[in-house]
Formats: sequence, structure tokens, C-alpha cells
Amino acid sequence: MIARTRFAPLLAALLAGIGFVAPAQAQVEIQSVTSAGGIEAWLVEDTSIPFVAIDLWFAGGASIDDPETRGAVYLMTALLEEGAGDRNATEFAETLEGLAASFSQDIYRDEVVISIQMLSQNRDEVVALIRDALVAPRFDADAVERVRGQVLSGIEADLVDPDAIAGATFNALAYGEHPYAFPVEGSLDSIAALTRDDLMAAHRAALVQDRVSVGVSGDMTPEELGPLLDALLGDLPVSSDRPMPGAVDVALDAGVTVVDFPTPQSSVIFGHTGIAREDPDFFPAFVLDQVLGGSGYRSRLMTQVREERGLTYGISTWLGLGRVAPMMQGAFSSSNTLVAEAVGVVQDQWAEMAAGGLTEAELEAVQRYLTGSYFLRFDGNAQIAGILAAMQSDSMPIDYINTRNDRVMAVTLEDVQRVAARLVDPEALHFVVVGQPEGLPASN
Amino acid sequence: MIRRLGLALGLAATPFAASAAGEVTEFVLENGMQVVVIEDHRSPAVTHMVWYRAGAADELAGQTGVAHFLEHLMFKATDDLASGEFSRIVEENGGSDNAFTSWDYTAYHQRVSADRLGLMMMMEADRMRGLILSDDEVATERQVILEERSQRTDTSPGALFNEQINAAVYLNHPYRRPVIGWRHEMEALSLQDARSWYETHYHPNNAILIVAGDATPEEVRALAEQYYGPIPANPDIVASESRIRETEPPHIANRRVIYEDARVANPYVSITYMAPERNTGDQEDAAALTLLAEILGGSSFTSVLPRELQLEDERSLFVGAYYSGINLDQSTFALINMPLPGTSLEQAEADLREEVAEFLVEGIDPVQFERIRFQIEAARIYEEDDAAALARSYGTALTSGLTVADVQAWPDVLAATTIEDVMAMAHTILDQDVTVTGYLMQPAPTTAPANPEISQ
Repeated sequence: MIARTRFAPLLAALLAGIGFVAPAQAQVEIQSVTSAGGIEAWLVEDTSIPFVAIDLWFAGGASIDDPETRGAVYLMTALLEEGAGDRNATEFAETLEGLAASFSQDIYRDEVVISIQMLSQNRDEVVALIRDALVAPRFDADAVERVRGQVLSGIEADLVDPDAIAGATFNALAYGEHPYAFPVEGSLDSIAALTRDDLMAAHRAALVQDRVSVGVSGDMTPEELGPLLDALLGDLPVSSDRPMPGAVDVALDAGVTVVDFPTPQSSVIFGHTGIAREDPDFFPAFVLDQVLGGSGYRSRLMTQVREERGLTYGISTWLGLGRVAPMMQGAFSSSNTLVAEAVGVVQDQWAEMAAGGLTEAELEAVQRYLTGSYFLRFDGNAQIAGILAAMQSDSMPIDYINTRNDRVMAVTLEDVQRVAARLVDPEALHFVVVGQPEGLPASN
Repeated sequence: MIRRLGLALGLAATPFAASAAGEVTEFVLENGMQVVVIEDHRSPAVTHMVWYRAGAADELAGQTGVAHFLEHLMFKATDDLASGEFSRIVEENGGSDNAFTSWDYTAYHQRVSADRLGLMMMMEADRMRGLILSDDEVATERQVILEERSQRTDTSPGALFNEQINAAVYLNHPYRRPVIGWRHEMEALSLQDARSWYETHYHPNNAILIVAGDATPEEVRALAEQYYGPIPANPDIVASESRIRETEPPHIANRRVIYEDARVANPYVSITYMAPERNTGDQEDAAALTLLAEILGGSSFTSVLPRELQLEDERSLFVGAYYSGINLDQSTFALINMPLPGTSLEQAEADLREEVAEFLVEGIDPVQFERIRFQIEAARIYEEDDAAALARSYGTALTSGLTVADVQAWPDVLAATTIEDVMAMAHTILDQDVTVTGYLMQPAPTTAPANPEISQ
């Protein structure tokens, strides 16, 4: 189907004329601001719209849960908006809504992420309110029971969701007894057993000054930001009383795990160990992954599994950059009657990549894509605040944005070849299939 | 956590619609193609969208899913580009592209560096009239849309339930059809069906170009005239006649939809009422309904139904109210109640009806109303941050019978709506005797696990 293109004269002329001129790039000027109290934030100042977005990334996340209290960080974070300081849950919400601010919480394996947006006109009131939520959450008994019920219902939904079952099964197989092996939400039993003391302890351990990364974008000067940081975060404990999770040996072999589940379409997650961001070979691996299965891209897997054969609606791979266990993973869904063929195509593509790496045309195309599209993500205060916090959380230098495209362009075919041989391993690729696949025997 | 439940149900909270953020300019090309430019010069990027006034509710009987199927096939070959080449060129220019289909529209969009806008228009104009379909690609892509249906709908009891509810709510209007299509009809979609859909609808005088981002109206006009301008209008498309659809008869019978599926984790009950949509120059009723949904269910803590059933009575896990006024034809207003374990759906339904009756007597708390009005004002500021989302708001509005002026007037119409207006609409809608009540639930424990009728 890769017919040679017959360009119309006009189209051909324009495409040829591009030659290649790199697309226009956004300028993202980041200032580092350190408050009087010693809290650092990265700021992109943009006064064109009178509001500011702030992202707080607290490293640790669900992975600092004690084995006895799994899900405590999750339940604790969900309760931050359920009453704080001298306001109960309803009073807190009435105040927040009356200020037209937003305050949202997300809990991941490695981070608790707090996102705030507030108008310039009532900023101090919003900061004081959210300061209470971060520093002095109440964990009122009625709120705890209500949110506990919500979390339990979410866990019950996951237990009958093939995608969630696949993820949980893969993590359990890969990580043994390490915190990464367990769902961030905890289990029905662990959530049911959590006490208010457990929540207080999780709060003390998770929300601390020396694990927070702060990204700010919008209508805010460096002079205004310093006092804001101290007001918002200055009353949190400086350090945590729980260590970050230790290293883990990924315990996966090549093969297929089938979880029998009555559904017409199987959910599949596959993967093996990956590569750390700090690794000198990270950028070649990043480029390789984009061509193999990167999302939003006409990757080899999308072409082979979807476009050529119609075996799935979508398939993608990613480099999982877990703090202590990098992975190379992918996922797709495919009808029970087709999933065996799809798994075979993925295995073939894995082997082909391991043996051959990329072609010159593929490398050139993906470099254009990655470098040209990079700045498109800096679109709006909310997006930028999140990126700034994430960069610090990943220990990236403040000039990273300006050097990143050069690093992508510096990747050579030889680099990719070397990384393909080292990273992409068809002999280690493990599949978890949740459904009732036909003709796909479990290998263990 | 409440948000998570809302998402799990596939029911996003009713957003406030777009206001006059940034500079918005509109004009029409000589061939009838409408153009809207939304300026945002903060970064040198643009979103380029072409919307067709053609969606699943415009399909011919027996061909459900063809609008969406054609959307997929638009990424195949044209007389100038090989199959897949469109997206490859977008990627090589550092952009991303995709498309989506609903009942009232089909839209194609790319996000790229502003200096690539002309290239996007060239390629989008090329596939407006130059699509080439082959039997092999149609057969393979049909399998892809069937897999998409499996992934989005057939593996999700909530999605299957919504599909059944919709088919019960609309007795005659084509909103009763799923956008993705009924499986048995999707399996029979042919190259000729797709071709005929394309020939009927894909013309400049049935399309709207929207450019949002770092481009001026002058630049957009010059490029649009260069690339889209030469495509002739199709005289068969007459705006006033092209979208006449089956209409609803009076609803005289209450309907109950009970869907049992072993994969249901959190059973719930829904009640759906017929409701007016936004119409050009006539958005007041829809504004009142938008506020009503916000007052009844917009906040997990302070709106009426969650406050009563989740916080005070502690009988419900989640309660919500849903209304969207952006439809070409008649809309709906829906309430749902997901009870806490141990409470039956019959009780949950009774709770919901009782709370609604109480609300109709007690009315609206003026303090809550003021908070919501302030949030509407604030939304005008926040939404300026996302030009691509604004582009989407304009696209859905303009393919649903509204004008740019209607979109720009909307925040003012909302702001002018009084408590009395909202209560009057609340009575009109919630006092209807005829509704559709749905139960999504597990089968009784003694029966075998449910096997959804729509296999795959």
C-alpha cells in the first residue's frame, strides 16, 4: 500500500520547497524564583490573561505507602478538598467556588500532583484557602467515610474493567513485593482498614517542602511569586519521615499471561525493562520508541497492526520512566478472534527492530516530527505550569527546553542500532492478555 | 474522586460554552465556505480545522456509522497523495492531526507551526474533493471501526446502556442512532456507501474552516482563497433544505430501559427528559437549562442533588445533572443517581424524584446562584487560555445551527438569566409526565453472566 506519491504540481512544488526549514519555535523563558523561606519555583510570566496556573508535584506519591496501609496516600489526597482549617467540606467548596478558582488533585505511583488555577483579582484569598487544604486538612469522620466509599467503588469498577485488570496483572508480575506492584488506590481490604491516624501519617510523609517541584505560568511576577510560595507551602514540614522507594529487579520473562475474563475484546499490555532518562542512550531510545509505537504517530505498530491488518483501533508503546524501574511498554485491544494474530505481529516487529534498528528515512522523519512538534505543547498557562513542575521533578536542567531538540537531532543511525540491540529484546517481551483470546495459549 | 466517577460514566459535567475570547473574525468565501479566525498570538502555533455539516443524524436509513467510517477513510489516498501520506506529511512538519464525528458534524483538524498553515489547507482542500477509495482499504478499515466499536462501546456496560437509552429517548429522530453505528449495519457498509456519503456532503458550501492561533484574518483569507477558493460549490446543497430530518412525535408513553450486565460495578438509575436546544437568536431557554444543570448537579458539594443525597442523607455515591444545548435538533436533560451499596435502584429512583419535587417547591438558593454567576464570568477569562478548545466550541455551535454572534452572545445570555427564569424552565422540563427511566444493573445472582446482545 505504500504507493509512490503522485503529487499535483502545486502540492509537489510546495512540499519540495520546504526543503527542510524547521518550523517556527516558541520562545519559553523560564525564571527560577526562590522564596525567602527557601522554596524554589520555575516561572513563565505571561500577563496576557489575568489568571495564573500553579502545579505542585510532590515526589513519592503512592509508592511511599507502608505495606500495611496501601492506598493511604490516595485516600489522603482525595480528602484534601473535603474540609480544611476552620471550614468543613461544604464550606471549603463554597469558598473555592465563590472565588472561581480550581484546585485538583491527582495521585500517581511516583507523585502527588496538585493543580491550581486562580484569577489575578482574588489571588491572596485563594492561596490562603489552598494553603489550609495542603497544610491543615481536617479528615472529618463523615468526609473520610464518604470518600472511602467513593474509592471502594472505584476499586470495584477496576476489578471488572479489562484494561485495569491488565495493568494490575502486569505490575504484579513485574514488580513482586515492591510498591510499584500494587494499585495506587490500594485494595478493598486495605482501604476498608485505613484509620484517621493512617491518613495523618500519609499526609505528614507525602506533602513536604523538600520533595515538591513548583511550576507557575501566567499573570505573576517573580516579586509576587516569592511571598506566594511561602504563604502556600511554608507551613508544610521541611522533610519527609519516610524514605523514597528502593530499587526493584523486574521479574518478567518472555511469554503470555492470559487472564480469563468474559468480554468480546481482549485488553493487552506488553513490555520489558526500559531505560532511564539519565542514561546516555536515552535519546536514541526515545527516538526508536516513537518510530516503533509512539502515540499520535504513524508508527510501525500502528501501520502493521491497524492500517495493514485491521486488528485494532489503536496500539502504542511508551518508555515508562518510573523513578526506580524504567520500562518499555505498550498496549492495545483486539477482538478475541484476532488478538493472537496481533500479538504475533507485535513480536515480529519487536524482533525486526532489535535486529535492524531504523532506516535513514525513518530517522529523518521522526526527528522532524519530534523537533517540530515539541513547542506545540507549550500552549497555555495550565500546560506550561505542568511541564515546568515535571521538568524539575525529573531533575532536568532549566535550559533543557533549549537543548532538547539538539539532542534529538544528534541521534544517529548507529546510536539507534546500538540501543535497539541493547534495549529491544524479543526474548524478554511479556504479554498480559485479559479476555478470552482464541488460539493464544498462556505460556506460564 | 467524584470527578473520576463522572468520567467513568462518560458524562462530563456540562461546561460553560465559549465566550468572546481573543479576536474572532468571520467571513465567507465566494464558493460558500464559511471561515472563522480566532486569534491567539502567544505562541507561533495554529489549530486548523475543517468542519462538515454532516454527521450521523444525516445518514441514510440502514447505513448507521457511515459518517464516521468516511472520517476514517479520509486518511487514505487522494488523487495527489498516497494512502497515509496526509498524516505523514503533517508529522514531518512537526504537527499532529486527527478527526472526529458526532450526530451533527464531522471535523478534521491539525495543530502545527503557524508557518505550515498553507500546507495544511492545501492538503485538506485536496481531500475535500480528491478522495480515492479501494476495496482492500475499505475492507480493512471496516474491521478497524468494528474494533473501535468493541473498544469504546461493547466492552463498556455504561456505553451500551447509554446507547440503549438514546434509542429509547428518540422515537423517530435520528439522534436515536449511535454515532459509531449499529454493528450489524457497520458490517455491511460498502465502498459505494462511503463514496455516496462523500459525494453528497463534502463540498465547500457545506464546510466551515476554523483557524485558531497565531494567524491574522488577512493571512487566513489569502490562504483560504488560494487553496479552498478554487473548489466549486455544489448547487445541490441548499442550506435551508439539506438537513431536514425525521422529527419527534408527541411522547405519550413512559419508557423504562433495564440493562443487565455482569460487568456493572456500580449500578445507577437515570431519568431523561426532552428539552429544547440552543437556537439562533433564541438561547434563553437553553441558558436557563444550562444553569439548572449546574444548580442541580454541577458541584459535588454545593449543588442541590449531591448536597442532599451524598452529603446529608448519605444514600448516594454520585448524583449528576446533564444538559447540553448544542444540538441542531431537540436536546435532553438527564439526571442520574448512583446509590451507595445496599440501596436499591427503585429506592434511588424514588430519592431522585423526591429531591426534584422538593427542589421545585423550595427553589434556588440566591447565594449559590451568585457563586455560579461569578464562575460564568471567570470562565470567560480561563477559556482564553485554550484557543484549540475555543475553535472546537465554535465548530460545534456553527454545525448546530448557531452563528458566531450566538456564540459571542451566550455568556451575556447566561448572565441575564434570573432565578425566576431558571425555575420556570425547571417546571417546564421536570414536571413532564413522560420520561425515559433507565436502570443499569447486574443480573440477579442466580442467572448466568450477561452476554451483551451486540457481540464483539
